Amino acid sequence: MSKAHNSVPDHAEAAAKFLQDQERANWHDKALWFNRQKRDVSANLIPDWELLRETASQIKDNVLANLDEYLVQFEQNALQNGIHVHWAADAAEHNEIVLQIIQEHGVGKLVKSKSMLTEECHLNEFLATQGIDIIDTDLGERIVQLAKEPPSHIVLPSIHKRKEEVGELFHQHLGTEKGASDPAYLTEAARVHLREKFLTADIAITGVNFAIAETGGFVVCTNEGNADMGVHLAKVHIACMGIEKIIPKAEHLGVFLRLLARSATGQPITTYSSHFHRPRAGQEMHLVLVDNGRSAHLGRKDFYNSLKCIRCGACINTCPVYRRSGGHSYHYAISGPIGAILAPNRDMREYADLPFASTLCGSCSNVCPVKIDIHNQLYQWRQVLAAEDYVPKTKKDGIQVMAKVLSSPTLYRVAGKSGRLMMRLLPGLANNKALNPWARQREMPQPPKETFRDWYKKNRPKDE
Amino acid sequence: MKVGLFIPCYIDQFYPQVAVATLQLLEKFGLDVEYPMQQTCCGQPMANSGFGAASAGCDTLFVQNFAAYDYIVAPSGSCVLHIKEHLHVDKDPEAVSHIRNRIYELCEFLTDVVQVKELVANFPHKVGFHIGCHGQRGLHLAQMSELVAPDFSKPGYLLGLVQGIELIELSRKDECCGFGGTFCVSEAAVSAKMGQDRVQDHVEHGAEYITGTDTSCLMHLEGILRRQKRPVKVVHIAEILNGQYE
Repeated sequence: MSKAHNSVPDHAEAAAKFLQDQERANWHDKALWFNRQKRDVSANLIPDWELLRETASQIKDNVLANLDEYLVQFEQNALQNGIHVHWAADAAEHNEIVLQIIQEHGVGKLVKSKSMLTEECHLNEFLATQGIDIIDTDLGERIVQLAKEPPSHIVLPSIHKRKEEVGELFHQHLGTEKGASDPAYLTEAARVHLREKFLTADIAITGVNFAIAETGGFVVCTNEGNADMGVHLAKVHIACMGIEKIIPKAEHLGVFLRLLARSATGQPITTYSSHFHRPRAGQEMHLVLVDNGRSAHLGRKDFYNSLKCIRCGACINTCPVYRRSGGHSYHYAISGPIGAILAPNRDMREYADLPFASTLCGSCSNVCPVKIDIHNQLYQWRQVLAAEDYVPKTKKDGIQVMAKVLSSPTLYRVAGKSGRLMMRLLPGLANNKALNPWARQREMPQPPKETFRDWYKKNRPKDE
Repeated sequence: MKVGLFIPCYIDQFYPQVAVATLQLLEKFGLDVEYPMQQTCCGQPMANSGFGAASAGCDTLFVQNFAAYDYIVAPSGSCVLHIKEHLHVDKDPEAVSHIRNRIYELCEFLTDVVQVKELVANFPHKVGFHIGCHGQRGLHLAQMSELVAPDFSKPGYLLGLVQGIELIELSRKDECCGFGGTFCVSEAAVSAKMGQDRVQDHVEHGAEYITGTDTSCLMHLEGILRRQKRPVKVVHIAEILNGQYE
């Protein structure tokens, strides 16, 4: 009996639903492709682009091979700088640590800049159960927060929303004019709304893009300056990071900051690259280092190097499947190809569908600034998921029949008469028993008079 | 030089004309080409679905059929890449390594081994070239748009030797068509949408024909073209290069 079952979310089903709105799907595809094109233009302005990728990849390889030592070095230096350092084994511990810090300061008002780690740990939802409100200050994140949705993209959290939908949300929550959808008007309204939140915040939470072992400092990259706004005005700064965010030296920022924004949006650098080393006078600075499965992940030889990821989103933008299925179809904090190879490390059963949400075209690996072999890992995850029995039973049965027929020349010939073989086997490979899914939007190939083998026997009679 | 002709299963069964064109084209260069009669499939459909272990029978059969040839040539980048990367038979590592190193996709065999300088072929039509992802990004048949590196295209070079052909530019020169092996049924909706968009790119740029290195991609695109009742036709690159397409 297969361990896969129907109650877990299925990418194919969610994607089919996303595609029902063709106009939105087309626009979503074009918006993300535009980002890919900007990335190409920007990359091509740097003659040594491929060398830069290779350098970044090697630095990260070194980090992962020596992560324990770099983490200890980083902690020592951070402590010396006066930062409070916390270690969290998993998401629950992370959330508890953050809660405790908040409670020690009498709760108060909270703002948070973008952090995929806190998305991964479901911090907002956890704090809500404790009656604590937190305001996401990244514009895209604020939009999805108001819509009560998760981000659909790690760099562009609300890329799935049309400006009219944002207008309606802002009308409901921020009191903008009904029907207004002018981006400049809506952005100004968000700015006024968020300004008030910044000015009154007691605690600011941020993510971390790069933590530097030799200095004990860290860098947060934003385009809106919202991390700085929060941190500069609040009495307490809590930064949350996965343990893989370490880089050895400050000089390595010269590699990563050049790659990050170019890969993400085609900008030469993010508008703000904020360096934090120590709390300012009268401020408290906390850093929460989170494992949450990363140590186990690091131990998987075929998959550990996906921990090199710097969260630029380039693989997501280029992925032809992501562009046509939307981020929510991946039902994980990180969507797209990188999410599809990270998620099964957390839970194979829950995310067994994701490595199959790809044609293995390989574009993702080519744009990756740290050269993660994403498409090979997708292939490799499929092998693991099948071996561990997380593939739907209909598919498994279909494959067994196919393997039997294709490994026997005799069965192949019998089954293949008049070209029926493939089309007979295809429906069995769908996730659910379905009436020939090929033919829903495509014509079947027309069977020829004879197979090539028959032709060859007649026309090149030297053999047999 | 003895060449083993590897004809992927779906070409054998649905598109024998592609195999015939490949054989005739290779014979024109004076090559001794043979089609081993007991061949079936490279095993990719199972392996790409996660069942690499289930393709052991295909692997053994492949080695039996092809170990004796100096070169193995197939009109499919995807199947060739699969053999190159995943062919595995425990008890015969030498034969496996020989095959992995000596298997070529048709175009790269023509440019790199045969070193073709001219062709007798005429194809006076507007043609869009769709490169299969495995041939391009896996076998490096052509430069990839993601990389900052000099442009080249082995199939493009060969098409350039054809008289009268007019190659059209595409908006997205190397976007995947969405076939993806079993992806075409397990993610049927996305697969079809990708194919429709790929077709649209060709249609918008005035293609009369869509050609490519992989019949699997072309089968998918043809299925969409026919469903949409478009006049655009698909033709495998071997048929154009062989010069006898009617």
